[in-house]
Amino acid sequence: MDGLNFDLTEIPLRTVNNFLHKEAPGQGVKKVTIANPDGAHNIAVGLDFAVEIEVVGHAGYYAGGMNKLASITVTGSAGTGVAENMMSGRVHVKGFASNGAGASMHGGLLVIDGDAGLRCGISLKGGDIVVGGSVGSFSAFMAQAGRMVICGDAGDALGDSLYEAVLYVKGKIKSLGADAQIEPMSEVDLKTVKDLLAAAGTAFTGHDPKDFKRVASARGLYHWNADANQEY
Amino acid sequence: MCGIVGLLVKTPALKSRLGELMVPMLIGMTERGPDSAGLAVFTDPLAEGERKISLYSGLTEDGDDFNWLGLTHELKQHLGVEVKIAPQGNHAILTIGIAPEPAKRWIKEHHPKLHILSTGRAIDLYKDIGTPTEVSNRYDFKHLTGTHLVGHTRMATESAVTPDRAHPFTAGEDFCLVHNGSLSNPYGVRRMLEPRGIKFETDNDTEAACRFLEWRLREGDDLETALQKGFEELDGFYTFLMGTPDKLALIRDPFACKPAVVAETDDYVAIASEFRSLAHLPDIKNAKVFEPAPEEMYVWTA
Repeated sequence: MDGLNFDLTEIPLRTVNNFLHKEAPGQGVKKVTIANPDGAHNIAVGLDFAVEIEVVGHAGYYAGGMNKLASITVTGSAGTGVAENMMSGRVHVKGFASNGAGASMHGGLLVIDGDAGLRCGISLKGGDIVVGGSVGSFSAFMAQAGRMVICGDAGDALGDSLYEAVLYVKGKIKSLGADAQIEPMSEVDLKTVKDLLAAAGTAFTGHDPKDFKRVASARGLYHWNADANQEY
Repeated sequence: MCGIVGLLVKTPALKSRLGELMVPMLIGMTERGPDSAGLAVFTDPLAEGERKISLYSGLTEDGDDFNWLGLTHELKQHLGVEVKIAPQGNHAILTIGIAPEPAKRWIKEHHPKLHILSTGRAIDLYKDIGTPTEVSNRYDFKHLTGTHLVGHTRMATESAVTPDRAHPFTAGEDFCLVHNGSLSNPYGVRRMLEPRGIKFETDNDTEAACRFLEWRLREGDDLETALQKGFEELDGFYTFLMGTPDKLALIRDPFACKPAVVAETDDYVAIASEFRSLAHLPDIKNAKVFEPAPEEMYVWTA
């Protein structure tokens, strides 16, 4: 079986997700189109096989959440928590993404062509996020591992309480969060940004890695300091 | 949770379809708010000296069988002026050709359980407990006409599920507000407003926000200034959608804890908590769809 089309005005999403979980992996399904998503929640969540999914329109909450191996494209915007807890594979949002995009991701690549809302990459545990536009406040809060490339601006408190995730920002940073600091770009950083922009697609390769700033943890919060009086 | 919806038509031809376009928006927010629903619709305004008052009889002993014509008759005798009424079950819109205060005072004195939903030259307000589908059918929302409206589906968190605690809330004349979220300082706001003579009707947190903003407007602030003071004084989680005779206004708290999405075409501006309430609108595929930013003011004029 090669290409399949599902129209969510005709078939319940739960049936589609069930098929993608249970039958599709064994049937050699390679490509699936989901039409008329109309903002439904939980589209193509929990996939666990290599398949190409195109969601034609606007997705609701948690699209592509917990993804493993699949490559999911949303042609419109995505609601709260797109690709949250992704393990591997790829999720590409062609429009904007709402709050909590890529929250708690462990692996894979999340590409957002437009802006991302607040708390993008919160608690990132691995994997990569590339945002063509800007990200909202509190992005990469407590991000532990993985990388984020932000081609636009960042809101308040970027990278608050960062662990070992690294952020690259081209535009303005409204404010850095506690313990986040701007560091010089090394050759490794320049190559990392170049590779991630290339992985994100041709729309991103026009950006020059030299224009990005590196934001990483000052590691001052790694150990409790009773004398800091809650000020960092 | 809660759901908010708003619709403002730019094309005059769509004014007659306002209710029809809005009902699926309201029903689309059922999962976010299944316990109560309501809306305020803004029509062409009455003449300068006229007022309409939306009334709700569901809290009276007679409920749906409330004697609206009897009320009209008594009120006519008391006021000595013409009183018109358009009843619909437990709801009625009363129209008078004089200032509204004497009529409202008389109603409160003689029918204390009759709930005054709204007062103004342009606003009609409906709200009740029940699912959005039930409430829409109860008041035949699909046939409503007007330039813009503000609607709400409620999942109560901060106060009980009763008709008077459903949204929209109103204060003063021709002003209403719906809220998704919860305020953390409503009692502080109340304690600041009550000594200024502002009376509260419920213990609901949203009522504090509504009365605060209407008080600022009445004190002479323009809408933008009032909203700025709202950002400074109101603490908590909120997406607020407000209606005035010619405007819809939207603000979100600095943490954008509660959702909102906007779709705009040449014909209309539609606002909802989630896109699924906008998906049915005409030409939505070509609409400009965006998420309003936190701590920004969005004001659309009818």
